[in-house]
Amino acid sequence: MSNPKVSDSKGDLHLNQLTKRFADFIAVDDLSLTVPRGSFFALLGPSGCGKTTTLRMIAGLEEPTQGMISIGDTDITTAKPYRRPVNTVFQNYALFPHLTIFENIAFGLRRRGVKDVKKDVDNVLELVELGHLAERKPNQLSGGQQQRIAVARAIVNKPEVLLLDEPLGALDLKLRRQMQIELKRIQMEVGITFIHVTHDQEEAMTMADTIAVMNQGKIEQMGSPAELYESPKTAFVANFLGQSNLIKGKVNSRSGANASVNIHGIDIEVPITRMASHGDSVLIGVRPEKLNINANSKNSIGNGTVTDASFVGVSTQYLVKTSWDEELVVFEQNDAGAPDIKVGDTVSLSWEPAHTFALDGDQDLAAGADVDHEAD
Amino acid sequence: MAFLHATAHASAPAIDNAAKKRSLTPYLLLLPGMVWLIGFFVLPIATLASTSTMTRPEGAAVGTYVQSLRFQNYFDAFNANKDQFFRSFLYAGIATLLALAISYPLAYMIAFKAGKMRSFLLVLVVAPFFTSFLLRTVAWTQILGDEGPVVSFLKALPFFSNDIRLTSTPFAVVSGLTYNFLPFMTLPLYASLERIDPRTLEAAGDLYANGLTTFRRVTVPLSMPGVVAGTLLTFIPAAGDYVNAYLLGNPNTRMIGNVIDSRFFAIVDYPTAAALSFTLMAAILILVTLYIRKSGTDELV
Repeated sequence: MSNPKVSDSKGDLHLNQLTKRFADFIAVDDLSLTVPRGSFFALLGPSGCGKTTTLRMIAGLEEPTQGMISIGDTDITTAKPYRRPVNTVFQNYALFPHLTIFENIAFGLRRRGVKDVKKDVDNVLELVELGHLAERKPNQLSGGQQQRIAVARAIVNKPEVLLLDEPLGALDLKLRRQMQIELKRIQMEVGITFIHVTHDQEEAMTMADTIAVMNQGKIEQMGSPAELYESPKTAFVANFLGQSNLIKGKVNSRSGANASVNIHGIDIEVPITRMASHGDSVLIGVRPEKLNINANSKNSIGNGTVTDASFVGVSTQYLVKTSWDEELVVFEQNDAGAPDIKVGDTVSLSWEPAHTFALDGDQDLAAGADVDHEAD
Repeated sequence: MAFLHATAHASAPAIDNAAKKRSLTPYLLLLPGMVWLIGFFVLPIATLASTSTMTRPEGAAVGTYVQSLRFQNYFDAFNANKDQFFRSFLYAGIATLLALAISYPLAYMIAFKAGKMRSFLLVLVVAPFFTSFLLRTVAWTQILGDEGPVVSFLKALPFFSNDIRLTSTPFAVVSGLTYNFLPFMTLPLYASLERIDPRTLEAAGDLYANGLTTFRRVTVPLSMPGVVAGTLLTFIPAAGDYVNAYLLGNPNTRMIGNVIDSRFFAIVDYPTAAALSFTLMAAILILVTLYIRKSGTDELV
């Protein structure tokens, strides 16, 4: 780096017991995590869970009440934003309306005293495939183009960490899908650590290597998308990431590889390794696509009545009312055409024990299910 | 309209009438404004223009003028009052710069730092308008008077002599001008600063600009529409003002407005007054055009 004022620390990003307290509430509560260098990391959670505050503290736009932020071995907790090797892609892009696209992208380079900015700017414009717009002003660009310019303006500085604050929130669904793939491609090309804040679980799963699910200022669970989806550790994660059927149950016995759990009078098996709780009271979870209709999988819970059926193309989604009056969601693939099951039919439900997960039984069944998935 | 004809053949005449009525609507809406503009702007300007080239016949009574297309009036009037013209633009220019220097921090504070106090502070900016312009200007003779607080304070300082006076000085006139037109500077500045998305400022900080650079490279350029509007709204009326020079000045601080005033009402020399008015108008128009061109904000204004 040509400017000694900007820290040139390299390495993993560490947040250590980070806390942000506002006048009347705690936005981020004793949060610790490590983001490996070069990874695509997502902070996922509903509005007001503290994810944006966490991001702003990393950017230096908000000062932590307690805790430490460091990159590699350098403590940047109290460094001014313009001294951090961190750049941000803002939610509304925050492009400079009075500058051309070229000058917008060159802004950071010029501030650091880089003499010849043209080559770098042209390269990054090429990376986002918008070289022909260099002389335009931001308000002459579409939302998707502005979004890519915002990314270009940040990564041209080759930061150690790139922060993305709901960068796709303002785009329509189709463009969002396209940009997800685009961002992933850019991240792989430049190899910078990306920290992506989003409330959209699908977006997080599509793009990130690692997801941290946040709720009320704390991290509920962290892991790869598949890990979080297949083995959620809390009801919040089970419901926020995709859909889950949660059933209250009591552990009869734990012996060998499996535990026997009684749910509403029916005994089922759960692999010990898939139990997040050591107590007797548990929540049994099964993802809707893993529930089978009229099949003979090992964990059978007998008959239920179909109360709703909606055809969504690749699958059909059913609501089935069980003998204990709980409605379970079932997705059936339409690989052999839509199954001939109608509302009012009696069907049997079953699933394989390996697809079960068990959570601590003291939690609210609906935690994380009814939080709004809309932008904050 | 074509599709109307195609789809509603049966009642074509009725639709034609309706369409005609509709096409008249914009003109009807414009009518009151146009009547006003013609009656109270175009006609007076034309009268003023025609007056400016009149002469007084030999031996005619005071105030009697006949049209003689004497354009020499303009040169005579300008040459006789060059000093006052120059002084007007000088005072107005200084007052504008002072107003900008006072208003920018004020508007910035109200826009970015005032929080809940914002509306209250804006009311305070406008509050002086609740009393008479004349009264407020006269009040400055008290503030700057020999026994007033400002003079007493200056006398207490070592670098001023004890016979220092502020009333009836250029200082008093410029102070009055600055004070009276301050809200016209503050409000447009506030409006343009308030429109700046604070996230653009955060983005500048994120892109390695410190506070000062952010201000210079982002805040100031984005507030240029307000600066241009504010300086115009201050400079134009200040250049034509005569009340401040009349109440706070002395015979050597007369501005062009005072000359026009006395030519019209004291000397009853209508042609000279009219010629001066036109010259002032033209000078301001030229200056303003150059200024807007130079500040490069045509598209922003």
